[in-house]
Amino acid sequence: MTELVTSEVRLMPTSSLLRTVRANPLLGVAAALGLTLVLLALLAPVLAPHPGDAGTATHPLDTFLPPSADHLFGTDPVGRDMFTRVLYGARVSLAVSAVVISLSILIGLPVGVVAGTLGGIADTVLMRITDIFLAFPALLLALALVAVLGPSVTNATIAITITWWPWYARLARGQAASVAGRPFVVACRVLGLSPARTIIRHVLPNSLTPVIVQASADVGGVILTSAALSFLGLGAQDPTPEWGLMVNQGQAYLTTQWWLVTFPGSAILITALAFNLLGDGLRDMLDPRTRARQP
Amino acid sequence: MKLLIRDLRISFGERTVVALEQLAIDEGEIVGLVGESGSGKSLTALATLGLAEAAGATVEGSIRLNGVELIGLSARRMRDIRGRRIAMIFQNPVSAFTPVSRVGDVFIRALRLHGASRGDANSRAHVALRKTMLSPELLHRYPHELSGGQAQRIAIALAVALRSELLLADEPTSALDVTVQAEIVELLRFLREREGMSLLFISHDLAVVAQLCDRIAVMRRGRAVETGLTGDVLLRPVDSYTRELIAAVPRLGAGKPPS
Amino acid sequence: MTYFFARRVGLGLLVVAGVVVLTFVIARVIPGDPASSWVGPHASAAQLRDARHTLGLDRPLPIQLWRFVRGVLDGDWGMSIHTHQPVLSDLATRAPASLELVTAALLLALALGILAGLVAARWRGRPLDVLVRLTSVFGVSMPSFWFALILQLVFFQTLHALPVSGEYDPALDTTHPLAVHTHAPLLDALVTANWPVLGSAVSHLILPMLVVAAYPGGVIARMVRASVLDTLGEEHVRMVRALGFHERTVFARFALKPSLNPVISVTALVFAYSLTNTFLVEAIFDWPGLGSYAADAIQSLDTPAIVGVTLFVALVYVAANLAVDLAQAVLDPRIRLR
Repeated sequence: MTELVTSEVRLMPTSSLLRTVRANPLLGVAAALGLTLVLLALLAPVLAPHPGDAGTATHPLDTFLPPSADHLFGTDPVGRDMFTRVLYGARVSLAVSAVVISLSILIGLPVGVVAGTLGGIADTVLMRITDIFLAFPALLLALALVAVLGPSVTNATIAITITWWPWYARLARGQAASVAGRPFVVACRVLGLSPARTIIRHVLPNSLTPVIVQASADVGGVILTSAALSFLGLGAQDPTPEWGLMVNQGQAYLTTQWWLVTFPGSAILITALAFNLLGDGLRDMLDPRTRARQP
Repeated sequence: MKLLIRDLRISFGERTVVALEQLAIDEGEIVGLVGESGSGKSLTALATLGLAEAAGATVEGSIRLNGVELIGLSARRMRDIRGRRIAMIFQNPVSAFTPVSRVGDVFIRALRLHGASRGDANSRAHVALRKTMLSPELLHRYPHELSGGQAQRIAIALAVALRSELLLADEPTSALDVTVQAEIVELLRFLREREGMSLLFISHDLAVVAQLCDRIAVMRRGRAVETGLTGDVLLRPVDSYTRELIAAVPRLGAGKPPS
Repeated sequence: MTYFFARRVGLGLLVVAGVVVLTFVIARVIPGDPASSWVGPHASAAQLRDARHTLGLDRPLPIQLWRFVRGVLDGDWGMSIHTHQPVLSDLATRAPASLELVTAALLLALALGILAGLVAARWRGRPLDVLVRLTSVFGVSMPSFWFALILQLVFFQTLHALPVSGEYDPALDTTHPLAVHTHAPLLDALVTANWPVLGSAVSHLILPMLVVAAYPGGVIARMVRASVLDTLGEEHVRMVRALGFHERTVFARFALKPSLNPVISVTALVFAYSLTNTFLVEAIFDWPGLGSYAADAIQSLDTPAIVGVTLFVALVYVAANLAVDLAQAVLDPRIRLR
């Protein structure tokens, strides 16, 4: 069957892509920063001066060393190189974000799209269920779950995912509901295309934009949440180099060995900042309303 | 000459969007500005009110109201002219009103802004609504509680109450039912006769323009390709684009019946 | 309007019901025998059996759920295994401190956030706008626990300016003892005109309030800016400009009210987030609120207490959402139709 209706997918051609990046310096900076962080995470084993320190190695003779040429970020209470651990921490944080967001999209998107497209009872039921999950503040539910399952990075990831997916369901539902009402989708129905095909071929691609924007900003959010969990001792456990955990470990020495808290904390801030800016920039670029504002 | 536009050039950065050599509206005249979407019709109207810069455009040339140059006029004097001397109505009348206020609120405020006392404003509002055949009770409603036709009439009534000399109508009937369209057109004609209002009627709908306008200017990509009396332009078009536009209007009986 | 209200409340109650059931399910999944935690490690078998009976653990699961639900409705939220007090009274004692902190922080965030967002929208593209955008994105990206530590470092250690622990100076307990009514020192001091404690309470509130206000402040500022800019591009603003109103009036009188809608709904969102952020921060600032209570409960696997806190926070969230829905309906007449 020939395509009698055309989808209104709002993707931009590459030429105007470059133009928009130039018009949007913030997006460029954020993307560069984000990319750098990802690269640093991937290349950590190569870049880190003391890779063993990210694991079980301890150096009792080198404890509490202030930042120096040899140890850029100093050493921690058991003598491990902070710079190495912060670098490896990027791997942990970004991995957790990737998993949480992918799973949340995988679960939330279908739920939301189905609810938004089908409407009626299915919509109400599904949305009430997400409402119930949304009523639990993320951290609290994560706390309770981790208390049940035991503290570890894996369990923290699961806990965060369970509290995160409803947001994507909500988002997808809103998009799907507005797209489902658009003439070309109604035309699909009239033409007899099965709802499933309509959803997959037409509704999904058009619901993608806000999901992409949300996902890039969410990397920051997930990192903050997982750092918070680790800070409370409910996420990563020693010797895993997780930024939140490191802040916790350095808390007692805040006034004397300031570098124990400052560098991991700054890492959290900078990473969250980069991805939030990226989300902002993407939204400015992809949101048709803000695009319309630029002549 | 009520309004005289000469060598109007509106550009966004490097891109010139409107290059209008001349457009004139005489006292009490209804001039139609036709063309497809994007031809620069609305921008021309906005530039007349000095609102094009707000959208990021650069405006050069001459727009004279009763001989007074509008381009380059001080902000304060421009604000005096807006509403009071030149009024504008828009394509989506319901969304043209502030959604969280009652319609009468904006109405009265606008009148008081241009010098009316509270009592004066109220009575002028009532008179204006009666002239547009509406019950003054409608002023107590929120915009979403009005039909498109009602909202557009109120917008027109506002121009009447403000005693504007020139009304810029940007696709005022395009979002309305055909029957309501006819009523609005009738109302505008009536206002020209009763109130002596000059009117710039912007539309892509040639049929409506043919009914209402004395003269027409056809715009294409920011330029006026043909101007003249309505009858002349529509019956004996000179420009090829004008001919295309006219040919595009569906006619009863022109097609072949299904076999 | 009343139909709208009733419908919203009904849906809210439905969500609450779901929350209660879900909380119960989670509670039953938590490992550890609450009975043995209750009686301690040296209990006899008989004592254990009695404990199980008292705690209602010898009944089948659906009966337990029913008793749980009835208990919640009656005001019996179980006994905390850790404190051996009714959970509800524990909550009544500890919640006000957290609510005090969250409310103060949110008020600050709203005031500063709305102001910043308006300024940024009004002078879009100018340095002030850039400043607001940068500050707000910082606020949103800042890890609260780290921010708290840094503030402690700067203000207490280095500047010796602000206090960093507790709700008020403990020395005042002897000189100007505070009569406890609401368990929120600020309110109690205000109500009993205990000025020294009030002053101390305020100064102790400043740093924690700043920390908790950072995230919502950033979110609100961004939301206000975006919303106002959106409204400014809408047709009705164009019409009002075409009527000759000064840009100032267009902004303040016509663009503002329609823009506020999303701000209100975002406030409910950040309220829940801020409440949990408060919990993080309570340990660092020695703030005796729900956060520290929850942390203790989790450490000791005090199921009733965990359940109580979770339920309480969820209810607060539902209530906040309801308040937001109603506020939106009042501000925007279009919503009343839905």
